[in-house]
This record gives sequence, C-alpha cells and structure tokens, in this order.
Amino acid sequence: MHPANSVILFNTFSGLGFGLLFWLGMGVIVPTGTSAFIWFAIAYLFAVGGLIASTFHLGHPERAIKAFSQWKTSWLSREGVCAVFALIVMAIYGAGLVFAGARLGITGFIGAIASLGVVFTTSMIYTQMKTVPRWRHWTTPAMYLMLSLGGGALLAGQIKIAAVLLIAGGILQMFAWGSGDTRFKASGTTMESATGLGHIGTVRAFEPPHTGTNYLMREFIHQVGRKHVEKLRIITIGLAFLLPVVLLILPFSHVFAALAVVSHIAGVLTLRWLFFAQAEHVVGLYYGKR
Amino acid sequence: MTQLPPLSAKKLGLVIDLDTCVGCHACVVSCKGWNTENYGAPLSDQQAYGANPSGTFLNRVHSFEVQPEQGEAQLIHFPKSCLHCEDAPCVTVCPTGASYKRTEDGIVLVNESDCIGCGLCAWACPYGARELDAKEGVMKKCTLCVDRIYNENLPEEDRQPACVRTCPAGARHFGDLGDENSDVSQLVAERGGFDLMPEQGTKPVNKYLPPRPKDEMPEFDVLAPYLEPVAQDGKGFVGWLDKALSAMPGGAK
Repeated sequence: MHPANSVILFNTFSGLGFGLLFWLGMGVIVPTGTSAFIWFAIAYLFAVGGLIASTFHLGHPERAIKAFSQWKTSWLSREGVCAVFALIVMAIYGAGLVFAGARLGITGFIGAIASLGVVFTTSMIYTQMKTVPRWRHWTTPAMYLMLSLGGGALLAGQIKIAAVLLIAGGILQMFAWGSGDTRFKASGTTMESATGLGHIGTVRAFEPPHTGTNYLMREFIHQVGRKHVEKLRIITIGLAFLLPVVLLILPFSHVFAALAVVSHIAGVLTLRWLFFAQAEHVVGLYYGKR
Repeated sequence: MTQLPPLSAKKLGLVIDLDTCVGCHACVVSCKGWNTENYGAPLSDQQAYGANPSGTFLNRVHSFEVQPEQGEAQLIHFPKSCLHCEDAPCVTVCPTGASYKRTEDGIVLVNESDCIGCGLCAWACPYGARELDAKEGVMKKCTLCVDRIYNENLPEEDRQPACVRTCPAGARHFGDLGDENSDVSQLVAERGGFDLMPEQGTKPVNKYLPPRPKDEMPEFDVLAPYLEPVAQDGKGFVGWLDKALSAMPGGAK
C-alpha cells in the first residue's frame, strides 16, 4: 500500500492526541487554569492537527461534511462521528477545568471512552479490508489502542503507566509483524484464484494492460518498504519503545522526558510508514506483483 | 446510501470469454471513448504524450501466461472491469453514500457530486475496478454503460455496453445474470463460467468463461522420417566436417 504522508501524520499525531485526551479525561492528571489550558491545547493540537492532515489526501475535502452520513456501514464515517463527539465532550470537560477549576468527572469519563473510540474506529478502517490480509487481524486494533494509550501516557508524563504500555506495545508489535508475514499466503488469494486459470497450470503475468503506470499500481503496489523491512523493524522497536522506556527509567529530567517523546514520535512515524508500505493488496496479483 | 439494497432479481452484468478474447484492447479504447464524454467526469490522462503517460481507465486487458504441467504454455488475454458484485465491499465502506448499488438492476455506481475522493472503495475492491481520477479527484468505475443500455435515442443494437458492442471477437456478452433462462446465464452454465477470487466473498455478477482445452497435435507428418535433421551422431561426411572445423583455431567445441 502507498504510504501517504497525510495519513501517516494523521495516524501518528491523532493517536497521540486522543491518547492524551483519554488520560486527561480519566483524571490521571487534573490540571486547572492556565496549566489545564496548555495540556488541552497540546492534546487538541495533536488530535485536530492529525485530523486536518488526513483531509489532505482527499480529492474533494470541501465535501468532507458528507462523510458523517453513512455511520451505519462505514468505519470511516463512524470515525468522523466519533471524533467530533469526543472533541466536543472533551472541550466541555476542558473548559470546566480551565475556566472554573471544576472537574466534571462523568463528562471526562465519557470523553475518554469516546477518544479511545476514535482510535478504535480508525483502526477498523484498516482491519475491515479483506483485500489486505496483513491488516485483517485483531492485532491491528489492539496495536492502535496500545500505541495511543502508551503514547498518551508518555505525553501526560505518567512514567510507570507509559513504561508498562510501551513494553507491552513493543512485544505486541513484534507479534503483529511475525503473524502478519504469513497472512497473505494464508488468505488463499493467489494469481490462480485471481484469474481462475489455476486449473490449467501455473499463472504468470505476461504483459501488463499498459506500458506506463496507473492509479492502482501507485496506490497498492509498493515494494521499497518490504526491501528494507528488517532494518525498519529494528529502528521502529528501538525508537518507539526501547529508547523511551530507557529514558523513562533513568532519573527524571525534563531533557530525558522530551527526548523520550521525540524518540517515540519518530518511532511511531516509522511504524506507521511500515504499516502501509509493508501491506500487500491482493490486486497486485493481477500485475504479478505485491 | 451505502447500505446494500436487498438482492435485486435483475442482475445485469458481463460474461467474458477467455477462450475467444484476442487481446486487441478495442474494448479498452471504446470504453474510454464513450465514458470520457458521457456519464460523469471525463477520464483524464496525465502526460498523455510525455515521458510517463498515465490515465484513468474503467476496463483494462491483462495478458497471462499459463504453463500446464505437460505441454506448451498458453497465452490468455484477460479483460477486467467492475464485476458489479452482489456483496460489494466498495459500497459499504463509502463514508458519504456516493457509492451505491442500484435496486432495479444491481449496477454499482458512484454519485460523483457526493464523492470526497478518499479512495477507500478502491482499497476495498479486490479486483482493481475503481480508479481515482487524478484531475477530477473523484472515483471512476464501470457503469455498465448505464447511459447506453436504457437509451432509447440509440438504435436497439447499440443499447449495450460500449465494450460489448465493439468487441470484434465476440468475447464479451451482456445480459441479465439473474434470469437463468437468459442467453448469458445459459452460456455460463454451458461453458462452466466462474467467479474471480471467490474466496473474497464478493459474489461477483460478471462471469468468466475458461479457455477451452488445447487440441493435442499427434506426430502426423508422413515426410518427417525422410527429413531427418543434420546427423548428430558424428558419422560420415558431416561428422568429419564437424571434427575438422572444430579442430581449427576458434572452432566450436
């Protein structure tokens, strides 16, 4: 799959932003006044910034409002509805803390759950794709939630929670990669089933339908990611999980905390790039490629 | 509405004969010609005369080589367009309701004025039947020439999809696959028509007819024994010539 920058930025930063909103809503930290304003500004900058970035890959972003209509069947629509709901509820909770110094416990709790809901609905956009066997697995939503919770805790300065979640996230990610490597084959979709010619013999793509490239090949066939997959996986584990945990365990300093956040963000950006670049869409079989 | 409608009794679709298709791409050209100037946004090209040409097509012809365990390889031309699936995953993923399946005849269409160009329907389609137009930013797909098949301004013989109308080999057939007595349904039954990627669970309406088995050609040429090729056993004059030439400097070993 083509790793679109806008979608990678959205997945990374909105995940962190909604993760931070979750911990704020749960009352793990209860800032008031100006400090609350700064906390919520950071969370909204990440969450909303990511959402805005995600519209950059649309052909017609000016019609985005229509995307709220089909929540009955479409995970993308559900994500949009969930995001608006979470942002409004958390704004009310945040306003209470900033302007009145009052904690509206229930509102925060609902906003926290809705924030996780946004992350979950996002993950289901990918998980539902039967055409991309690597994504169609419980590890996809589990990993999205784990990263959001872990990254959110890291941003919220919750050292113990963050360390535990990041270690668990790293292990889960390695399992997701390992099991994901076998899923395309296990899906049973092959050049033979794609063409229905398997009963005659072995099928080979002889000539593509065109001399140049096309939308399908640009969008679905991406081989560079898989070429360097081992190195990128090591970089991801190191930056997203290992280094932040080491920095958190060291005696606390603001420099180390900031470095842990920067390292985690760089790692998650790599992880998300790999999430797309590595994923193989079955349509590639018609081109004899994956 | 991106909820799939109840199954329609009428299932308009194509039957493509892989035995007959000669790979001329006439269907590709006529499809592009009709659909770029009729229903919806035109099918744009980028750098059509440049170094890296690319464009939107609703129908493309692949060519595959199939190697049986014994005997010669076969070359099979393989036209591919939207299969108007009964369980169309491209419809249900659409967040805006732009992508829909018609109740009256099962044709899958895109309402372009509602399309935000997110590309999710193309992700959901295992067949690569949908292409996002680079100029218009909306999703394009086969309409089964919905603006031809019901068009009473056209002579009756033209009221079929442009690809079917143009195919010089008669490899493409159009009809109602929901009616088991229709010509297309009978053709499918007779020839063992099959679905592409049945394991994806999309229940495509379009069917493909398999290539017929190749004839086995027996050794039949009565003159063959008298036209043995050059002796390979190295006897006689040819054998001497072979050895003599090989012995010369630069000779073949």
